Amino acid sequence: MGRTTVAASSAMPARQTNRVEALPAAIFLVLALIPAAALIGPESYVLGLFTRVMIFAIAALTLDFICGYGGLVSFGHAAFVGIGAYAAGILGAHGITDMLVTLPAALLVSAIFAYLTGTVCLRTKSVYFIMITLAFGQMAYFIAGSLAPYGGDDGLTVRLRSTLFGFQVLQNDRALYYVVLLSLLGSYLLCRSVVYSRFGRVFRGARENSMRMATIGFDVFRYQRVGYVISGTIGGLSGFLLANAAEFVSPAYMSWQRSGELIIMVLFGGLGTLHGAIIGAAAYLLIEEVLGGFTEQWKLIFGPLLVIVVLFARGGLLGLAGSIRGRLNRG
Amino acid sequence: MADPMLLINDLHKNFGGLIVTDGVTLHIGQGELHAVIGPNGAGKTTLINQISGLIAPTAGTINLNGVDITGMPADQRAALGLARSFQITSVLPGFSALENVALAVQAHSGTSYRFFGRADRDQAINEAANSALAEVGLAERGQIVAAHLSHGEKRALELAIALAMGPKLLLLDEPMAGAGREESERIIDVLRQLKGRFAMLLVEHDMNAVFALADRISVLTYGRILASGAPDAVRTDPQVVAAYLGEEME
Repeated sequence: MGRTTVAASSAMPARQTNRVEALPAAIFLVLALIPAAALIGPESYVLGLFTRVMIFAIAALTLDFICGYGGLVSFGHAAFVGIGAYAAGILGAHGITDMLVTLPAALLVSAIFAYLTGTVCLRTKSVYFIMITLAFGQMAYFIAGSLAPYGGDDGLTVRLRSTLFGFQVLQNDRALYYVVLLSLLGSYLLCRSVVYSRFGRVFRGARENSMRMATIGFDVFRYQRVGYVISGTIGGLSGFLLANAAEFVSPAYMSWQRSGELIIMVLFGGLGTLHGAIIGAAAYLLIEEVLGGFTEQWKLIFGPLLVIVVLFARGGLLGLAGSIRGRLNRG
Repeated sequence: MADPMLLINDLHKNFGGLIVTDGVTLHIGQGELHAVIGPNGAGKTTLINQISGLIAPTAGTINLNGVDITGMPADQRAALGLARSFQITSVLPGFSALENVALAVQAHSGTSYRFFGRADRDQAINEAANSALAEVGLAERGQIVAAHLSHGEKRALELAIALAMGPKLLLLDEPMAGAGREESERIIDVLRQLKGRFAMLLVEHDMNAVFALADRISVLTYGRILASGAPDAVRTDPQVVAAYLGEEME
């Protein structure tokens, strides 16, 4: 019984797509209205906070893509965030800030890293995959820490946000907010499209039963590697945006704790839904912000909260909302 | 005379000191339904796994329709027209029955490196998948998640997946395993209708099915072909009767 239930729930995203449309739309509407709402409060604080939320939402989204749909649990996903950030930071240190150069560079380096590490990681399965992605993530972390010309462990200040044709288009926090929002929307729509495309069907099938997929005629490894590169490249985008928002890059972006946080965001929001990752990232960072205001030890409170969500709402916050709605409808 | 569809020449497989396939030579003609029978542990599934590419043989060669496929990975063999069903049901449990079959159609119609456009709205694929489902009697069950199908329906779904691949050679590893009387009869009917359309290698313990369907039968014991020939010849072969059929054919 347990097994069929799990299988049924994992099939849901594929069948329910037309019905849950309203929620992602609502999420993006709220995000679009936040700058207006921020006018009545501490504007730059609110804008900064939600810019961060959306940047990590992009990273969590790409993790949900490989994890929730491909069954590939990466414990080194923060590496892509860091690589995207360092690409912008290092080029900036040499005076190159035009995003027509820096953005493609950030995406390309992330894609190459995903391709190379994916070629190795994807030879393994389950817990070995987790460990080897963790190993590559830590490798990136230590390499960044050893880049003495670029600040080493202390990180690197980004003096000038990315420019476009020499114009400082991101200097305004509000402009940066909307650019990040559009990036999140674009990443979400792209991942969604891929999930339901012919490619996505193969990618999802490989999670279900990779031996079956091989005997049907699919070279599972190659499809998974393409999925991994898509995920890593968009992950690099989030890093590029993070460097601009924080005006700082640091090896800490790539630490395994960061990778763990991304996994928590995805689980917290609801695995295998894409928009759940956005909710999860928002919930995690906002809870961190609020609880962190009260105490240094906010994780003491957050930890049990996560346990409760994972135990009692296996679909994350989205699943919880769904089951509450189901109960209300019934009685 | 055309090349045989499948030509296995002096195939050996050892797992360490254990000899599982011991010099098997076998050929299956175009459109022939060839049954392989033998006691449990005779190496039937290992033989099928070697033909489909899930296990590499220790020595020997396998030819599919004139192409040497001995060292080829499973997905490339599938692309050449080799389809199989599994003894232990192997479908995509979280996908609907229709999507299971649609993937098999998709694998053989155009590239799957397409990232835009919904795959489930591809009419050509859905029609081909639905007709494969109809052939095995699952026409009404397309929208059911595979994990929720009955055991017999899952067996039929395996067959539909294989059919949707447009096979040249179909390997059937105990397609009736675990199915009830009625379900077995239905699968036999389906196989009878498919007979002649493409070559089939049938591994099965149900002797009624084997003798009703097979053009030729090979008997496998201890990894070796004991006898091979028309059903009537095999049925009366004294060696076969002693080794395997004996008690069952009383």
